[in-house]
Amino acid sequence: MNAQSTDIATYNFAYLDEQTKRMIRRAILKGIAIPGYQVPFASREMPMPYGWGTGGVQVTASIIGPDDVLKVIDQGADDTTNAVSIRAFFKKVAKVDVTTETAKATIMQTRHRIPEQPLTAGQVLVFQVPIPEPLRFLEPRETETRKMHALEEYGLMHVKLYEDIAKHGRIATTYAYPVKVEGRYVMDPSPTPKFDNPKMHRSPALQLFGAGREKRIYAVPPFTDVVSLDFEDHPFEVQTFDQPCALCGAENVYLDEVILDDHGGHMFVCSDTDHCEKRRADGHHGHLAPEAHLVPEKTEPAE
Amino acid sequence: MTDEPLLRVSALSKFYGSRVGCENVTFDLWPGEVLAVVGESGSGKTTLLNCLSTRLLPSSGTASYRMRDGQWRELYRMSEAERRFLMRTDWGFVHQNPADGLRMTVSAGANVGERLMAVGDRHYGRIRATAVDWLSRVEIDEDRIDDEPRAFSGGMRQRLQIARNLVTGPRLVFMDEPTGGLDVSVQARLLDLLRGLVTDLGLAAIVVTHDLAVARLLSQRMMVMKDGHVVESGLTDRVLDDPRAPYTQLLVSSILQV
Repeated sequence: MNAQSTDIATYNFAYLDEQTKRMIRRAILKGIAIPGYQVPFASREMPMPYGWGTGGVQVTASIIGPDDVLKVIDQGADDTTNAVSIRAFFKKVAKVDVTTETAKATIMQTRHRIPEQPLTAGQVLVFQVPIPEPLRFLEPRETETRKMHALEEYGLMHVKLYEDIAKHGRIATTYAYPVKVEGRYVMDPSPTPKFDNPKMHRSPALQLFGAGREKRIYAVPPFTDVVSLDFEDHPFEVQTFDQPCALCGAENVYLDEVILDDHGGHMFVCSDTDHCEKRRADGHHGHLAPEAHLVPEKTEPAE
Repeated sequence: MTDEPLLRVSALSKFYGSRVGCENVTFDLWPGEVLAVVGESGSGKTTLLNCLSTRLLPSSGTASYRMRDGQWRELYRMSEAERRFLMRTDWGFVHQNPADGLRMTVSAGANVGERLMAVGDRHYGRIRATAVDWLSRVEIDEDRIDDEPRAFSGGMRQRLQIARNLVTGPRLVFMDEPTGGLDVSVQARLLDLLRGLVTDLGLAAIVVTHDLAVARLLSQRMMVMKDGHVVESGLTDRVLDDPRAPYTQLLVSSILQV
């Protein structure tokens, strides 16, 4: 290519070189073959800091093709910094179409939420994972935790839940709630709220997890059992909210608290912005929704 | 009592390079029997204990254990998974320093309950009731159940460690200087407690100690070790009252008479 034809450096399709993508795909395939097992991989430096989704970006870069449609969410929202910049990144380096609509996306990279709209077969959900090891805070030695996974010694995971009940009277873990995958490996579902755990169970979509700093990839193939750990007398339950979304009136969705002013005013709104917008476009509205003629046009994905 | 031993150890040796850890140790341990291993530091007692509890693999020799179903299994030929299962169900290991045997960052109740959860108990209420019961058996107040061991005194930590080990009803307990680092009155109470538990539960135990008083109080039989070798073994009272090996005579006469 003529150096004068472009004024920026050109990258391979989807930023990573083909050998790296092959290496990551091998790790992904191994992860799919052993659901919930953490596969080590040679994580690369990415043009973003650790903790911003370097693992998820590498997984997405390895599986994305020119025909894919990408959606990126950050805490459920399509319009926050992390989501906007990763979306722009792939638009630039892979020239793929991007969307904010769950139904249209073939690949969704997510930071800590699963969309409210049920996923369908053929879709891929890529999670950004900060700490893949569910036993890490109970047993700091990696040699020991790997042995515990290998020998299926998971009593320690219940020690954490026991501590919760002893201290708070109930299981107080609300995110990164440990799950058992296909009756074998205990897995950290990344710091998604436990509200989303039931959505992982027998989901028709492929779920991939990438931890860049920790250099681990794991996967939940479609229609795989994902069971949240609990006690017989303290069964697993998800968060419930007293009121529906203030903007779209949705119930049984995960809500974020939004501070409105400095006098204690606040409201609870859908954390999944796409779901909320779609419901409002369909005519639903909550008690704080602006008048119908004031509802803004659906926002275009930011560059 | 049965007419078969619980543990058979034959010509067990452990070398660290050319140095001797322990050499050619042979003995049988019977159900409900407490065996004391005494000797000065560096005599190989802890190496022997670590080999027997499969925390270390010996250089040569064998040790066989009679499982609950009556089958004899050779310890060093079992898979790691089986050994670890044995360690947390049928065996206990009481460390000299309780911090090595406890999880210092989780509550006393969870420390006791961990083994139960490890063998598949998934009922919070039952686990907690068992923990309360065991804490009372080792004389820890029920209202301390949600405190972390960090908030406990040395003697309480040691008692908690004992409870944590005994909760699954093991048949064999290894103890490495269980009273080390405790003051004498606390030692006396702990020994009293241990003696009661061992008798009530019919535990077999191997106690490593340099304290002859501990051996006298707890054990029926003892082995005296020096430089990695067993220099004398026999009934505890016989060895202490009528020591035959020169080293044992030295050891017994070294005790300060108050």
